[in-house]
Amino acid sequence: MDRHPGKSDLATSVAAIVADLKHLEGPLLPILHAVQEVFGYVPEEAVPIIAADLNLSRAEVHGVVTFYHDYRHQPAGRHVLKLCRAEACQAMGADRLAEQVKIHLGIDFHETSADGAVTLEPVFCLGLCSTAPAAMLDGGVHGRLDASALDSLLAEVVA
Amino acid sequence: MIRIFIPRDAAALAVGADRVATRLAQEATSRGLDLAIVRTGSRGLHWLEPLVEVETAKGRYAFGPVNANDVGALLDAGFLHPDAKEGIDHPLFLGPTEDIPFLKDQTRLTFARCGIIDPLSLDDYRAHGGLSGLAKAVALQPEAVVEAVTRSGLRGRGGAGFPTGIKWKTVLDCPDTRKYIVCNADEGDSGTFADRMIMEGDPFVVIEGMAIAGLATRATKGFVYIRSEYPHAIDTMTKAVDLARQAGILGPSVLRRGPSFDIEIRTGAGAYVCGEETALLNSLEGKRGVVRAKPPLPAHKGLFGQPTVVNNVISLASVPVILDKGPEHYRDFGMGRSRGTIPIQIAGNARHGGLYEVGFGLTLGEIVDRVAGGTATGRPVKAVQVGGPLGAYFPRALFDTPFEYEAFAAAGGLIGHAGITIFDDTADMLKQARFAMEFCAVESCGKCTPCRIGSTRGVEVVDRIGQGIEPEKNLALLSDLCNTMKFGSLCALGGFTPYPVMSAVTHFPDDFVPAPVAEAAE
Repeated sequence: MDRHPGKSDLATSVAAIVADLKHLEGPLLPILHAVQEVFGYVPEEAVPIIAADLNLSRAEVHGVVTFYHDYRHQPAGRHVLKLCRAEACQAMGADRLAEQVKIHLGIDFHETSADGAVTLEPVFCLGLCSTAPAAMLDGGVHGRLDASALDSLLAEVVA
Repeated sequence: MIRIFIPRDAAALAVGADRVATRLAQEATSRGLDLAIVRTGSRGLHWLEPLVEVETAKGRYAFGPVNANDVGALLDAGFLHPDAKEGIDHPLFLGPTEDIPFLKDQTRLTFARCGIIDPLSLDDYRAHGGLSGLAKAVALQPEAVVEAVTRSGLRGRGGAGFPTGIKWKTVLDCPDTRKYIVCNADEGDSGTFADRMIMEGDPFVVIEGMAIAGLATRATKGFVYIRSEYPHAIDTMTKAVDLARQAGILGPSVLRRGPSFDIEIRTGAGAYVCGEETALLNSLEGKRGVVRAKPPLPAHKGLFGQPTVVNNVISLASVPVILDKGPEHYRDFGMGRSRGTIPIQIAGNARHGGLYEVGFGLTLGEIVDRVAGGTATGRPVKAVQVGGPLGAYFPRALFDTPFEYEAFAAAGGLIGHAGITIFDDTADMLKQARFAMEFCAVESCGKCTPCRIGSTRGVEVVDRIGQGIEPEKNLALLSDLCNTMKFGSLCALGGFTPYPVMSAVTHFPDDFVPAPVAEAAE
């Protein structure tokens, strides 16, 4: 993303998303997903627009945005690596793998590498518990990982 | 034309199924071979994924685990004619798929089609018995459908084990005109993947089960709430609902002769607690996924305050076969008050990881030693966590516990969503107990104090035990804290976190004795 939409662009775009999804029963989560899909995160400026259109308070919308782990408050790096930290992956060495990845990228969970290439996030289960340890890179799934397999995966996307 | 079956299940994709399919297509073109690649769900033999099958006049033959680089050599070895008398001389050749013991010994009722059919082909679905349960239900009165499900003995497969028929009866008896069927596909428990597999491998069976639930309770709208960590399941279910609507299975008239019923797919947003039914309902309504106090029950006042059936994916997916083959057929499997079959998910450090559907009643030891074949690392099994992050850790001493609801409760555990995660002897149970508390702290919705505060205090207490600070006093404190969480929490998150913690303390006391610090030289 080289260019962020300007403020008026943002308002128009968010209003269009709300108009499109408002008819759903319980439309707030679908709207927030759609906003994040367009902007890569849920911009703070979007909150009052959504609130006004759905006849909710800003606090209510803010409360929902901050409750769920998925909604970002700032854009992620160009690639997002979600590493499973749950028990089945732990049983196959996920903790050690996480330490190796953190050292390799020079960041901790919830951080983005200095060059903006990779954001590292923990995930609690991808449903790949029989092919552990597992990870998701930009929506693609990977199992039976070890440090070298993960390094070559990262090298592929970062290059 | 020879048909080749390659899974598109996420577990197969995670280990390279797409690369195998691509390579096979390339080889077919360059060698001028007449073959068709069909993408299926997974058979559930995950240690053999990507498992590739070749169709012959004598049935399907399996190869696995196939790497893209194996494709050329496999074709050279006679891959396309595996039924040849002399067999196939290749280490990845597994013989007829149905003869593989892991598959042969199963009783597949709910997962009968998974891994066999093209998940998005309604023709395949019908050809393998699909829609006959719904066709029978549409000809019955709602009361008769509820009665069939009650008689089958089906209990909620999400973990609570509540009789499905009784839940449906409660909603049917509500006079309201607007009622909902909510399919809980927020499968967040580590070690479980049955929901994901059935949604990716046989999505129409979930749709059919929901439509039957709609007929049975006079509900007209269904929601499937799928966690966002399952993009492949979301994609498959969305396409399947569209196809079902186009075919007249869903819409203004179910099967073009029943009442109206339609389904909408919704995506979660990464909150584990939304797997709890009332938190899920709040999330669907567009609120924070905070747990509601019960009563009122969702069956009386659920989604938008209307009577709502909230069922797990597997509960709903088990309904079509009950209607089709009759409640007795289903009820005759199982033991005690646990009737029918249960898809056991074998995960973690297992030699044979995957999905194993069987009647209730195998012992835990049979599952771990015989079915799973022990650990992948080849080291001794130390502990098995049954039922996800809120399930107890079982030592070998309890391996004679039969796999069914009551026996597990009596042994201080729960079968939950029937996931079992195997750990070898390198596991540190104090670390696992700490993780259970940490996970609860991260995922707590914050509504009740025992869960919100107790989990954080729990991490601190376990840390003190690990550091050797007044271990006896802190173990007593941990036990007291777990008691408060168990009986004082609003839902299973805080209420069941004591299971993994206390089972680790009880069964693996050696791990809670601090490592002796090297004494200073005198």
